[in-house]
Amino acid sequence: MSAVPGQTVGPFFHLGLAYDGMNELVPPGHPKAIRLHGHVYDGSGAPVPDAVLEIWQADPQGHIPRRPGSLRRDGWTFTGWGRAATGPDGHYQFATLEPGATDTGRPPFFAVTVFARGLLDRLFTRAYLPDDEAALATEPLLTAVDPARRPTLITTREPDGLIFDVHLQGPGETVFLTYPRLRDAWS
Amino acid sequence: MESSQADINREIAAAAQQPGGPQPKIDYPPYRSSLLRHPKQPAHLVDPESVELWAPVFGHRDVADDEADLTIQHAGTPLGERIVVTGRVLDGDGRPVADQLVEVWQANAAGRYRHQRDQHPAPHDPNFTGVGRMLTGPDGTYRFQTIKPGPYPWRNHVNAWRPAHIHFSIFGTDFTQRLVTQMYFPGDPLFPLDPIYQSITDPKARDLLIAQYDHDVTTPEWSTGYRWDIVLTGTHRTPLESDIEEDNA
Repeated sequence: MSAVPGQTVGPFFHLGLAYDGMNELVPPGHPKAIRLHGHVYDGSGAPVPDAVLEIWQADPQGHIPRRPGSLRRDGWTFTGWGRAATGPDGHYQFATLEPGATDTGRPPFFAVTVFARGLLDRLFTRAYLPDDEAALATEPLLTAVDPARRPTLITTREPDGLIFDVHLQGPGETVFLTYPRLRDAWS
Repeated sequence: MESSQADINREIAAAAQQPGGPQPKIDYPPYRSSLLRHPKQPAHLVDPESVELWAPVFGHRDVADDEADLTIQHAGTPLGERIVVTGRVLDGDGRPVADQLVEVWQANAAGRYRHQRDQHPAPHDPNFTGVGRMLTGPDGTYRFQTIKPGPYPWRNHVNAWRPAHIHFSIFGTDFTQRLVTQMYFPGDPLFPLDPIYQSITDPKARDLLIAQYDHDVTTPEWSTGYRWDIVLTGTHRTPLESDIEEDNA
């Protein structure tokens, strides 16, 4: 079967995709809440004010959530999924919990999807937690990419959470991912 | 100097000569906004793992039934041609994607979005927001009622107009199937002129974005009907009944 091609999210995605609480996987006042945030940049280094990011993650125990409720958050259910639009300065942020490892010895990561006006198809990437250096050093994806580009896949820790910038193009271009059945659908 | 439609047509024709797959070419200069916003490095192939083998779960807690009717969100009836759009969401192996979220947004009948950045001097419709949400049924069917959107101008080049379309956001059964796209209407004269639509250089793949008029979906004295099936890429995990451990009540 032939997969339907993608198209840009366009300039007016806020109308259809934005909703209250979309970027708060937990309330910001939650005792274990962290802020995952950063900027989206274009190939000239300018901020992208009309991008939208989605994250999908395990809970702190490394369990993959199988619960609805991302669109109408109840303040208690951790669904593992959220969406954030960039502001005029290209900045986005999520309030969430740190994901745990779903597989022993592997470094936890957020699965990230990026959309923007001007971007004709969505992009996939990973945002790894930076702490377990031994696990990061042997992580298959990270050892397979150009060492100079490896840091684009790893968040930076700060007191309140984690920073993850996305460079759509240019120096420091983020490593974006494809998957076997995605590639094969287009071959 | 701003480009003319003739300039864009020449660029579209030149790009069509380059080999391209059925996906949009993310490096597509006729769509001016894409120039600085597409990665130049090839995507890195990785086997999906961990959360990438799963998709977020949505349920009736997330979406009310009446969100699938874009014509009843205000006190009055929106102006324009009332239509029903329906079809099935299938994975790359033809299996229905059940109980999954579909989000849609669109311009009104006059080609105006209810969005502060839309400066097109066409009228807003106080009875039309242009946003809908729904869940697919057990066989992957989605269905919503709306108003047929109008074409609208944009500033890619002088006298640029987008073919009428409805934006769709779709989830599959694993993370890698995530899709945002646009559904078009059959026979639109703006197709050859539109760099977003033409960024898919394979004509057969482009056609997959066009809904078909379906008289069986049309209802007497009420609305016309369109059918559009959405095939996602293949899942990397065989879906099982037990995937849905949470009730969707």
